[in-house]
Amino acid sequence: MIRENPLHKPEAIGLEGGGHRRSLTWAGAVALLLGTVLVLPALGQESPYIVTYDHYLEEPGNLEVEYFSTFGTQRSSNDFHSYWVEFEYGAKAWWTTELYLDGQSTFGDSTVFTGFRWENRIRPLAREHLINPVLYIEYEQINDSDKITKEVEGHDVESDYANPNALARQNLNHELEFKLLLSKTFKGWNVALNPLATKNLLPSEAWEFGYAIGASRPLALKASVRQCNLCPENFIVGVEMYGGLGNTQEFGLHETSHYLAPALAWNLPSGWTLRLSPGFGLNDNSHRLLLRWGLSREFTGFGEVVRGLLGGN
Amino acid sequence: MNTAPRRSLIAWLLTVGFLTFVVGTASAQSDDSAAKENDHLHHQHFAEFGKVPEKARARLNPLVNDRDAIAAGGKLFAQHCAECHGSTAEGGRKAPNLRAEEVQNATPGTLFWILTNGVVRRGMPVWSRLPEAERWQIVSFLKSLPLSTTEESAEAHTHKHPSRDSK
Repeated sequence: MIRENPLHKPEAIGLEGGGHRRSLTWAGAVALLLGTVLVLPALGQESPYIVTYDHYLEEPGNLEVEYFSTFGTQRSSNDFHSYWVEFEYGAKAWWTTELYLDGQSTFGDSTVFTGFRWENRIRPLAREHLINPVLYIEYEQINDSDKITKEVEGHDVESDYANPNALARQNLNHELEFKLLLSKTFKGWNVALNPLATKNLLPSEAWEFGYAIGASRPLALKASVRQCNLCPENFIVGVEMYGGLGNTQEFGLHETSHYLAPALAWNLPSGWTLRLSPGFGLNDNSHRLLLRWGLSREFTGFGEVVRGLLGGN
Repeated sequence: MNTAPRRSLIAWLLTVGFLTFVVGTASAQSDDSAAKENDHLHHQHFAEFGKVPEKARARLNPLVNDRDAIAAGGKLFAQHCAECHGSTAEGGRKAPNLRAEEVQNATPGTLFWILTNGVVRRGMPVWSRLPEAERWQIVSFLKSLPLSTTEESAEAHTHKHPSRDSK
């Protein structure tokens, strides 16, 4: 782990700091708001997965803004509420790039910004195949108080989250995460498998491994004629399972945590997507419950609007 | 160096980098869109039709007798396709006219295959995420569209790129 000097006591970004930083925060927020209100919402056909990825990328030029929330139970310490915001942009039909901002509140403790992630997904094959691979690479700069549990890797266990925020946030990690996203949709069913490998950039740290697997299907395979919020084709149900597989020093299931999570996505004609997924720990190393929900909206032509605002053609 | 300003600086550099990247790729897409306007690229768009396997080309639309297929396909088209192809499928800045002769003369199986596989290198995503029946509903809708007249095509072209035509 790359340890920052604890004597410097890093402050939470955006929560404390000088006026200059606050003005930059506001400028960024206004630019993003302008960009999103000036473009049209698009109907997503989003999968219900929260941890697993299928092979579908963001449509080029579109921006999807997503908010996710996780309530997690914690034995021998306080429960927590973690959350993250995603800005997912379709750079090309074969390339999606995404920025995450993470935070969490631990009950009886504090609220902290825990770091950011920059993710890229690249589709190497132009057409649909029996199995469709997508390459995933992510840079993470998060501290030990991060609790979003967007993936489970290595020997991640429930007790990792037991430390008080003030202590945990002092340990800053720089990590690269690689995933191979394998996915297929057949007769309405999507099946996806994501093996993953993570490397803390400190040379002494081992590679850590994990997995996520998911299956999902719309409630109806044919669209109805009328516009409706509650049509069965707007709902996609699924289930995902994810967990750690140890590291290069001890590969396997020993001292790892695993979750099983039914999931539901509701794609509204107005362009909003709601997701709900209660995840249940499968062994004593896992949190008993990770209750997740998310809200997202896709905006078409975001890239063109931003370019226009900045004087492009 | 105090870690708080350093982390803040890195976070802002990343945000600015992300926005710069968005703007940059949007410009590149715009250039691509402009380039696609010329006839040569127009034909290249439809050149993908020539790559459709014979077996896929010969597939028949199972919803050909479904009375609701066209209307449902129209709804799906408005939701997923119109943002690029235009609300009446006349083409847009990013995607070609689907009322063109090449599309209207293509077999239903060809359109279904293109919809399923996309034309990823030219910016069209794969749409296999839509269930098969919904893709056939979109094909039904596309085949119900009237063929563009030469005048309509020219008008759509002028509407999309007025500055190019005024040059």
